[in-house]
Amino acid sequence: MISGILQYEFLQNAFLSGIIIGAIAPLLGVFIVVRRLSLIADALSHVTLAGIAASLFLGKYSTFFLGLNPMYMGMAFSVGGAVLIEKLRTVYKHYQELAIPIILSGGIGLGVIFISLADGFNTDLFSYLFGSVSAVSRADLWTIIIISLFVVLTVVLIYKELFLLSFDEEYAKATGIAAKSIHFIFIVMVALVIAASMRIVGILLVSSLMTLPVAASIRIARGFKQTILFSVIFGEASVLGGLFLSYYLDLAPGGTIVMIAVLILILTVLLKKLVSGRAV
Amino acid sequence: MKNNLPIIELNHIYYRYDRENVLEDVSLRIEKGAFLGIVGPNGSGKSTLLKLILGLIKPQKGTIKLFGEEIKHFRDQQKIGFVSQKANSFNSGFPATVYEVVASGLTKKMGLFRFLRKQDEDKIVKVIKSVGMQQFMNRNIGELSGGQQQRVFIARALVSEPELLILDEPTVGVDAENVQSFYEMLEDLNQTGITLLLVTHDIGAISDKVTNVACLNKGLFFHGTSSEFEEQKIKGISEIYGHDVHLLSHEHHEGAHT
Ligand SMILES: Nc1ncnc2c1ncn2[C@@H]1O[C@H](COP(=O)(O)OP(=O)(O)OP(=O)(O)O)[C@@H](O)[C@H]1O
Ligand SMILES: [Mg+2]
Repeated sequence: MISGILQYEFLQNAFLSGIIIGAIAPLLGVFIVVRRLSLIADALSHVTLAGIAASLFLGKYSTFFLGLNPMYMGMAFSVGGAVLIEKLRTVYKHYQELAIPIILSGGIGLGVIFISLADGFNTDLFSYLFGSVSAVSRADLWTIIIISLFVVLTVVLIYKELFLLSFDEEYAKATGIAAKSIHFIFIVMVALVIAASMRIVGILLVSSLMTLPVAASIRIARGFKQTILFSVIFGEASVLGGLFLSYYLDLAPGGTIVMIAVLILILTVLLKKLVSGRAV
Repeated sequence: MKNNLPIIELNHIYYRYDRENVLEDVSLRIEKGAFLGIVGPNGSGKSTLLKLILGLIKPQKGTIKLFGEEIKHFRDQQKIGFVSQKANSFNSGFPATVYEVVASGLTKKMGLFRFLRKQDEDKIVKVIKSVGMQQFMNRNIGELSGGQQQRVFIARALVSEPELLILDEPTVGVDAENVQSFYEMLEDLNQTGITLLLVTHDIGAISDKVTNVACLNKGLFFHGTSSEFEEQKIKGISEIYGHDVHLLSHEHHEGAHT
């Protein structure tokens, strides 16, 4: 495979974007999980799907959209969905989590309509759903690199505000930090990372890459920084392992990556049981 | 002895969440160096009053000044430390160490795009020691008992070296022995010049520690020094409250605001 990577551009694209996504998806995932917003990733990925389907549909009628990478439209929809979730959260003050299923179903509905308008599933759409190694273009890779640089830099710069907001929202507001703006920046980052990840893992599995490594890490980590570190390591292990296996066994990469993440999760749960069992 | 500068000034505050007023015409001045105990039955608006002072909600009528400044222009929130009533109901699975939680109390004081420096780290360790939690510094907060968690939240409020410390029933879930030492700690803090605002149900335990007492039940029924309060208490607690309430029992929830 190493020789394949050296030889084929599409494999280089897939591996580099995999390595990047394996780190940034769980990085944001930690904040999503501890804030109990795990379903937001699902909602936004379905909105992204609607955007991609819309782009493919429009591509039939306009050469502009035919030439446009559907990822951009997916990204626009995803950020729009994130903004809508925020608006809805202020409308339903006491049922903030309601915003997520509303956007989720809206996304699926819109997506299905555009898919049927675009004459059903074609292979292109299929690759967005489940991820594909061969589908990542150089342009995709560059988009992913730019998004990741933005995300990592932002998280480093506003880390302490993000932490405070995640740990104790009321206290964060009482201390007078710009809680609203910070939350908004955060949710836009989530939307961008979801759109960026879908080429590899596929829309249906994006949220798993954001939550499963965190679920494993949270079992064994001590402190927040360690939780982030372990999550990124687990995410990276899942992506790399998944890509290798899927390449050799000719499996869908998205599914393989997620199954490795599940395996890691099971192992950490067992390990924790074993360790605490011995301590008793 | 005491500087008479008011740290908090409430003028004719009215507040309602829905239709009914929760606070009615509340005016209150808290002077620098005071230790004010606010008492009142469940649902009497104590937590609401604190939320107004913290700027989490805005009054429909009336004005609030903090450190002599209109609340909407007030930006020095690091001068105020806050321990909320619900500190015990935070997400207990949150993977953060005691150190990380206390450090988060410096967020506003440090400002955006700043990182912890050596002297900040020393300060964090020092304040953790001062609440007696040094041996738990690297434990996850969820692995501590309720009373220990409460100490951590007090350390978080103290780490930015506030001039005003606001506490909303901080002793809920803390055992009797620790409640006593907790109040002693507050007294010490007050002695060092920090102004304290403490909401509690436990009038008896604090009346010898506080300098002032305020009794709240929608309106402010009493506000005076603790010795004035003791005199009034002899005349009967229900008179102080405006109507008959069971101050020391926590069960009488209903009725309190009907
Ligand atoms: N978020 C809210 N929305 C609507 N009504 C509220 C809200 N919070 C409080 N209330 C109402 O306002 C009144 C005062 O509540 P508050 O929490 O200030 O009382 P409290 O004095 O702190 O009571 P406790 O001793 O139980 O803590 C109550 O009648 C309560 O039902
Ligand atoms: Mg209260």
